[in-house]
Amino acid sequence: MPRVVFDPERCKGCGLCLAFCPTRAVGMDEGLNRMGYHPAVLLDEAACTSCAACAWVCPDLAVEVYVPVKAGERRAGVG
Amino acid sequence: MAERILLKGNEALGEAAILAGCRFFAGYPITPQNEIPAYMARRMPRVGGVFIQAESELAAINMVYGAAGAGARAMTSSSSPGISLKQEGISYLAGAELPSVVVNIVRGGPGLGGIQPAQSDYFQATRGGGHGDYRTPVFAPNSVQEMVDLTMEAFEVADAYRNPVLVLGDGILGQMMEPVALPPAREAPLPPKPWATTGAKGPGRRIINSLYLDPVVLEQRNLWLAEKYARMRGLARAETVGMEDAEICLVAYGATSRIVKGAMQMARREGIRAGLIRPVTLWPYPTVSIREAAGRVEAFLVVELSLGQMVEDVRLAVDGKAPVHFYGRTGGMVPSPREVLEKLREVAAGMGKRRVVAAGAGA
Amino acid sequence: MRQIFAGTDGLTQSTTIYCPGCTHGITHRLVGEVLEELGVTGRTVGVASVGCSVLAYEYFNCDMQEAAHGRAPAVATGIRRVLPEAVVFTYQGDGDLASIGMGETIHAAARGERITVIFINNANYGMTGGQLAPTTLLGQVTTTTPGGRSAATAGYPIRVCELLATLDGPAYVARTSTHNVAELHRTKKAIRAAFQAQLEGAGFSMVEILSTCPTNWGMDPVRAMEFVAKEMTATYPLGEFVNWRRGN
Repeated sequence: MPRVVFDPERCKGCGLCLAFCPTRAVGMDEGLNRMGYHPAVLLDEAACTSCAACAWVCPDLAVEVYVPVKAGERRAGVG
Repeated sequence: MAERILLKGNEALGEAAILAGCRFFAGYPITPQNEIPAYMARRMPRVGGVFIQAESELAAINMVYGAAGAGARAMTSSSSPGISLKQEGISYLAGAELPSVVVNIVRGGPGLGGIQPAQSDYFQATRGGGHGDYRTPVFAPNSVQEMVDLTMEAFEVADAYRNPVLVLGDGILGQMMEPVALPPAREAPLPPKPWATTGAKGPGRRIINSLYLDPVVLEQRNLWLAEKYARMRGLARAETVGMEDAEICLVAYGATSRIVKGAMQMARREGIRAGLIRPVTLWPYPTVSIREAAGRVEAFLVVELSLGQMVEDVRLAVDGKAPVHFYGRTGGMVPSPREVLEKLREVAAGMGKRRVVAAGAGA
Repeated sequence: MRQIFAGTDGLTQSTTIYCPGCTHGITHRLVGEVLEELGVTGRTVGVASVGCSVLAYEYFNCDMQEAAHGRAPAVATGIRRVLPEAVVFTYQGDGDLASIGMGETIHAAARGERITVIFINNANYGMTGGQLAPTTLLGQVTTTTPGGRSAATAGYPIRVCELLATLDGPAYVARTSTHNVAELHRTKKAIRAAFQAQLEGAGFSMVEILSTCPTNWGMDPVRAMEFVAKEMTATYPLGEFVNWRRGN
């Protein structure tokens, strides 16, 4: 499961997440969503650090961010 | 019969609102209605209600919008220029179906006008001075007692129909004192208002709104309101005096109707058989009473403190069956019974009948 | 995997009508998150104003009222006074709050009305196609200042926070921005403080939030963020102007 999940149907292709991602891990999909925008997509999963900058600057609540649960860490629920 | 006390019209109206369960009032200074906000400022805190002097009549009507939308019985009052400022708000109250009472103690206009009594806001009140196909019931008291009774009724009608309701007084009624029997305070709880925004989350949340960007939906909305306005027709009522044998029908409302009643009695003493129809509701207009009289009387004489506004509704109701004459004073001038009598004599003479004038009477 | 960023139940699931990259959407989320984190959504009544955010009543997940243009603070006052326990906020743009509604804004603040005003300053009337607003910058081109706003004909920008800071009624007045992640964190902090001022009965609170309008500014969303960062903050300095906790 990736650290960041973009909802292609809520995204309006504004590109803010792409611009503010500190590791350039985000790009825009070639295809179009139902609204006719190129939705954001996680290009480089390895570069992603779950910093959630993309989620913070997203005007459309199109981003969910996850962080790997380290071996001994069992806490569930939303950060 | 409850004990009668001497009260000034404006203050009696304020007390009536409180007796009706009004617990939110927003007002603004303007003569000749100033006693209403002043009275509310004293009384509301004592009954656990809210009085606010708003920064403008515009703000006041929108505060009423918020309070009414939150489920309270809410009222605002003003005089002519201030009521003009509230017209947009009244249209919003109608569009969002918010029960509320708006009181206009009318003064001479147009523009800044004067502070003396007038009835020149009739069109604005009955046709609606705001935008859109909306209607509001309009009550027209003609005594301090009716300032009480009709204001209390206005709150019941507002809740019953989820609609703004207007009470159209004038400077005379607002400023004069008369003995009044105050009905008991409303005991029953307010009608339930599940639609009110009292704080809720999720699917159960409520929305007070008049915005419908989709014309299909907005038309449906208007047709729904139109059906409600049709149901309001039953509210129409008028008082009739001396119409059994009348050949001339006088039509007047509010304080003017009492001057006209005086003239009517003087005319009868001169053998002029005049009767009076006094609309209590200006919208819905008591068309039935007028139309019924049109079949029996030879002429109508409409008297208003304006250049003639209600006269058009009378003509609509009479529908050409009889001549409809008009007499009015405006700008704050108030006719004497004698001036109205003079006009009555003209109408009677004009009807071609020889008037036997008793020697020396009516000199 | 553990989720560390999710939606908020302070907002409904609706997608919004806002243009791509318009920061209205971000601010909506921050307000929704604050309502959720304070646990007050269930007793909140919001007032939407007229402008791009006119449909806010479809986005905030609490009771909402739609106010006439400029009148949200008056509507909110009516709600506040009859519902002492409710949490009441307005969400307004610069035209609504600082032009037609300036009277309501100043007097709600002067009354110390216990409401929270979320004020979106994007330096123009967005919904109607980009006209001059009281907050339009000098020299800024709008459809009604085609040659750029000139003080000689269209006057000077109005700094609302500074205006309200002269009054005794406000408990919290701050101006923040949305032009990067750090500013967004400050905006959320300010929104929380504003609601806490209301919850503690300290008085009137407002957060002015510098926002983008890519469509009417004729910029792509990222360029618009830079415009806010450089141009707007020059006319509208960020910071807290009133904070009851600091006694100022």
